[in-house]
Order: sequence, then C-alpha cells, then structure tokens
Amino acid sequence: MDFLVTNAEAIVFYTVAVLTVAGGIGVISFKNPVHSALALLETFVMVAVLFILRHAEFLAAVQVLVYAGGIMVLYLFVIMLARVKDVTMERVFLSGIAPLAILGGVLLGSLVAIGILLGTMATGAGGAAAMQAVEGVQRGNTEAVGWILYTKYLIPFEVVSVVLLVAMIGAIVFGRRDAVLAGPGEEVQS
Amino acid sequence: MISAEPYVTLSLILFCLGLIGLMVRRNFITVLMSLELMFNAVNINLIAFSFRLGDLAGQVLAIFVITVAAAEAAIGLGLIIALVRLKDTVTLDEADEMRG
Repeated sequence: MDFLVTNAEAIVFYTVAVLTVAGGIGVISFKNPVHSALALLETFVMVAVLFILRHAEFLAAVQVLVYAGGIMVLYLFVIMLARVKDVTMERVFLSGIAPLAILGGVLLGSLVAIGILLGTMATGAGGAAAMQAVEGVQRGNTEAVGWILYTKYLIPFEVVSVVLLVAMIGAIVFGRRDAVLAGPGEEVQS
Repeated sequence: MISAEPYVTLSLILFCLGLIGLMVRRNFITVLMSLELMFNAVNINLIAFSFRLGDLAGQVLAIFVITVAAAEAAIGLGLIIALVRLKDTVTLDEADEMRG
C-alpha cells in the first residue's frame, strides 16, 4: 500500500500513457470512421488527465469542452452527413461486449478521478506554484492563465481570434450548396 | 514527482502515430483525426515543458494550438462535405482533378 501511495503519480501516468497510445493506434487502424472517432475521444480524455497531472487544470477543462465536446461532435456529424458506402454499422451495444464496455468506462472514470485528486493534492512544488501564481500571489490556474493571456499575450490572442473568424467564413463558403467546386466538364452552379 | 522525459516520449509516440495515420490512411475523415492526434502530441509537449520551466507561456501557446486545431477541424470538415457533394466519396485517391 505504501508503494501505491508513494508512486501513485507514476502509476497513473503510465496507465494513462498506455491508454493514450492505445487510443492513437485505434484512430489510425479502425476501418469504420465512427470507431476511429471513439478512439480519438478516448485519447482526448486521457490527454486531459495528463494536463491535470502537469497542473494545467484550465487547459484540461478546455480540452474536454472544446475537443471532446465540440470538435468530436463536429466529426460525428460529418461522418453522419457523408453517408459513406463502405462503412458497415455493427450493433455493438447489443452484443456481448456491453458489460466489458461498462467496466472499462468505470475504470476510466476512476482513473480520471485519481488523476484529478493527485493534481489538486500536489500543490506547493516549484513547478506547481508557478502554474497558479498571479504576479507572485498564489491564486488558481484559471486565474493565472487568464491574467497572462490578457496582459502579456493580448495581441496574439486577438490575432488568433481573427484566425478563427477566417476559418469560420471559409467553412461557411465550403458548406454552401451553390459553391460546390465544379467537376471536369461541368459549369460552376451559381 | 516524475520528470518531463516520459511526457516528451509519450508526445513523440503520439505524434509519430498521427504522422503514420496521415501518410497511410486514404479516408479523408481519418486523415483529419490523425492530424488531431498530432496537435494533441504538441500540446502534451508544451504542457510538460511549461511545468518543467515554471512558465505559463506554454499553457497560453497550448490554448492557441487548440484554437488553430478547431479552425482546422472546421475547414477540413467543410472540405469533406464539399468533396462528398462533388464526388460522393471521402477517399482521397479519388480527388485527382489537379493531377496533370
């Protein structure tokens, strides 16, 4: 038990690392894009645990909200819209692996919980203190990141918001029905 | 307290996996997912060194990387929709209009 307590961080890290790599292998090796997307989701959540272990709590929340929430839903919508012919849908949740899936979910959940617990407990170390300091005063990670983002990195922050705007306009232009690129021998419909 | 090296190694493995997926896969959707893997590998690296050096700049950079990744996902998925409308496929080999 002593071994477990003293090496808790290493144990959580290596378990999470193995699961991250497994998710990455899943992304590039599953035939069905939906399965790839689920493997990618697992990788995103595991990376969020790694962020918590390195005291980037705000980024872990952003990772789950933006990646696992936003981008993942976008991917699944596109997979649904694309209606690819060669994709075969399996009724996974009605087959025998449902209990295994539930067990895996519970194990993953407890792993994330242990990671969060470790991250919040291990304050006071040199690196951890810097992650939470606002001009030398100990606040929280979110406050510290927000402070530096809106003071020292204000101009890059504004520039990156323009990048996002350009991407949004580009995506709208691509998505318009009458803006489809013409194939060989076709006129562009306008 | 474990050091930065395991994080960097993990980041390297994840980046290489994404690179392999990018080069090997022919499905446009999976290629974009491999790109997301590479973005995540970069973020792990940034966070590990941010902690190692006690500097918040790494976390701010990671926020910018996440923003750019979201922009990339929006553009890439718009391209997929356009490709599906044009050719009814997501296989990259069939998008060969630019071939001489």
